[in-house]
Amino acid sequence: MPATYDSIATTTVSGTSTTTIALTSIPSTYTDLVLVTNIKTTNNNNGNGWIRFNSDTGTNYSQTRLYGSGSGAGSDRQTGTDYLNLNVGGFNNGILSVAQIYSYSNTTTYKTVATRINTPDAYVSLNLGIWRSTSAISRIDVTIFEGYINAGSTVTLFGIKAA
Amino acid sequence: MAITYIALSTTTVGSGGASQVEFSSIPQTYNDLKIVVSGRTTQASTADSVYFRFNNSTANFNARVLYASGSGVGNFTDTRYAGSEPGSSATANAFSNIELYIGNYTTSSNKIYLVDSVTENNAVEAYTYLAAAQWSNSAAVTSIIVEPNAGTFVQHTTITLYGIKNS
Repeated sequence: MPATYDSIATTTVSGTSTTTIALTSIPSTYTDLVLVTNIKTTNNNNGNGWIRFNSDTGTNYSQTRLYGSGSGAGSDRQTGTDYLNLNVGGFNNGILSVAQIYSYSNTTTYKTVATRINTPDAYVSLNLGIWRSTSAISRIDVTIFEGYINAGSTVTLFGIKAA
Repeated sequence: MAITYIALSTTTVGSGGASQVEFSSIPQTYNDLKIVVSGRTTQASTADSVYFRFNNSTANFNARVLYASGSGVGNFTDTRYAGSEPGSSATANAFSNIELYIGNYTTSSNKIYLVDSVTENNAVEAYTYLAAAQWSNSAAVTSIIVEPNAGTFVQHTTITLYGIKNS
């Protein structure tokens, strides 16, 4: 039986001077991608980060979020952003996020992403986003807004084959 | 390229039912774990919770759960939440589909896991759940117990533990 769930790249942060983790030269031989991030930062509190594809800093991203905090539930939407949201943890604890990136290598459709963001002490959310580009995704940048990525944080990209 | 997604163990509940399913001596050679549950409980309800124990501990868990019932959305907090499954009041032969992803289970930091769960029922009441959960403990996870909130797992409940490597 062929292996259909491969680890393409992984980064474990060892210092405290990193703000961006770049996954480059992503092969186009898979059907979908799964990006698993468990990031904590040098900040005291949880914070925000982003995902960008192919270094595109244009306002070509949109996203709809469904969330629940334990005391309230709701939805919000961002259009024309230059990133897709990704929450990151504070100093002690990471935030586990799993992003499914569908049909990333096709060159005819925009790319859709479903991200499960898990902040156990704050909220749970599902973000559905789109990158309005027909380019195949060959690079993913994971960046935090404030501070630095703390040692022990991990980012792994898996490739999934349909056959 | 190395195989990175491996079934470590699977349990199918027999005719006598089971009060819990345990995965012990979990190897520490993977990065993440995934558990897939197709389950149903004898509890008289249309949907009831499934709970975890890590290393047989029931302490220091917290979860935030978002759900949709078909007629509305809601949310709640819980402790050892690990999904929901149909009970004896639900349509016969309907089982849950629960997927749990446990990141960095060998780390000395707190263990965060996510839950995606559905409880189908051929009636008005059926649910979808998303949860963010955490076990605040520095110990590596070496054993996991999956158990119903009440009642027992019925025959044909199947629970599989997968190990995921990042290299």
